[in-house]
Amino acid sequence: MTGAPHEPTASPARNVPLHPLSRRVMHWINALAIIVMIGSGWRIYNYYPALPINFGFPLYLTLGGDFTVTEAVSDEDGLANALAWHFASMWVLTINFLAFVIVGFASGHFRRDFLPLSPRAFLRDLWSAMRFKLDHRLGEYNAVQKALYCGVLAAILLTILSGLSIWKPVQLKGLTWLFGGYEFARVVHFFGMAAIVGFLVVHVLLTILVPKTFVTMVLGRVPGASRSPEGVDK
Amino acid sequence: MTRPLLEPTPLVRAIERRLFLRQTLSLGALTLLTGCDISDQDGVQKALHAMSRWNDKVQALLFSRQTLAPTFAESDVVRDFRYNAFFPASDAPKLSSADYRLELSGLIADKRPWTVEQIQALPQESQITRHVCVEGWSVIGKWSGPRFADFLHRVGADLSAKYVGFQCADGYSGSIDMASALHPQTIMAVKFADETLPAKFGYPFKVRIPTKLGYKNPKWVTTIFVTNRYPGGFWEDRGYNWFGGS
Repeated sequence: MTGAPHEPTASPARNVPLHPLSRRVMHWINALAIIVMIGSGWRIYNYYPALPINFGFPLYLTLGGDFTVTEAVSDEDGLANALAWHFASMWVLTINFLAFVIVGFASGHFRRDFLPLSPRAFLRDLWSAMRFKLDHRLGEYNAVQKALYCGVLAAILLTILSGLSIWKPVQLKGLTWLFGGYEFARVVHFFGMAAIVGFLVVHVLLTILVPKTFVTMVLGRVPGASRSPEGVDK
Repeated sequence: MTRPLLEPTPLVRAIERRLFLRQTLSLGALTLLTGCDISDQDGVQKALHAMSRWNDKVQALLFSRQTLAPTFAESDVVRDFRYNAFFPASDAPKLSSADYRLELSGLIADKRPWTVEQIQALPQESQITRHVCVEGWSVIGKWSGPRFADFLHRVGADLSAKYVGFQCADGYSGSIDMASALHPQTIMAVKFADETLPAKFGYPFKVRIPTKLGYKNPKWVTTIFVTNRYPGGFWEDRGYNWFGGS
């Protein structure tokens, strides 16, 4: 962010890369870490469901090794492996998330692209979206997108914090207390995950509907589209 | 920790869950055929193992001997406490107080074996704490017994050593860091809910460590040793995290 000279220019958003390299790298690291966390988390959940309903995640959607193989190799049916994945991936997720949030605030990405966000604009855009009348403009988020992106960041934060509180209910007992105690923190952790999965479903569906958003998240911009005149890259 | 849950209902539920999981194996089996289940590959396992050792270090740093596990009221104590081991309660070791001897080895000055009476005669403390299993379930119980730190002092254990290890009558083994061994809430629980510890819960004593997960709380302990060489443990050797702190 070189700052001042660029600030006043009218709508620079369409000229600079939609997604600078740092954001793209962090996005894909996050995607990978989230998938590993969800896959291993579902396996862990199956061993003792936090919810009082008879529900488990199908094994093929979980991460932690094949039952038969892990049982033969390590005399253990897959919980140890799932836990190992979960507690390795948590570092990747958390460090990457912190970096993303710090860069997001420092670079002005959050302020520029997520604000302003009003409930009225959200309802208006949601209503248009429901009737498939909401245009997707690259580099500019509508109010529904803004709300979803803010929401998923909040959900990830909530899931990380509630996760820490069930990992360390003694050493971080203040945090566990904030989440209503060990047992309830597990439920919070579950619904934090559910919110992230809900976001993922919408996020991936919309990407399929507007594939060039996928291209911009990989390449930074759509090939052949108007290029940045100054070659600004942040 | 561990699967075979003994009360009939949870057992049935566990078996059902297991069957359900096995029936959904199809896709998992496919990845197995192609040999590409990333979880079972050597390099991946090494990386996960390295991360687990890293997490041991982080947990040791996070651990403080001053931080006490939350305690609860008598009314929070679960009466029908969950039995949990890798065998049914009927197969639990039944140690007789007449024959039982607690053996000591390693970096301990006074290695004379202890009888049940000697252990029970030490000053006792009670605690009502939450037992958290690595599987996710937790139960609040009441345990009483001598502080493990007192015991280690009495037998002249080398308190600067790294590990305290346990061998158990059921073939189980485990080990903990010295800092956790000396934590004021780490006790040799000889009583459960104000009664002599029943055979199924580890008679004559269970090392109750409320700052650690359930599998780090060995029952039916027959040998205690102090060492600087990493001793591992039953579940730890099967991939579970060694520090296992909570």
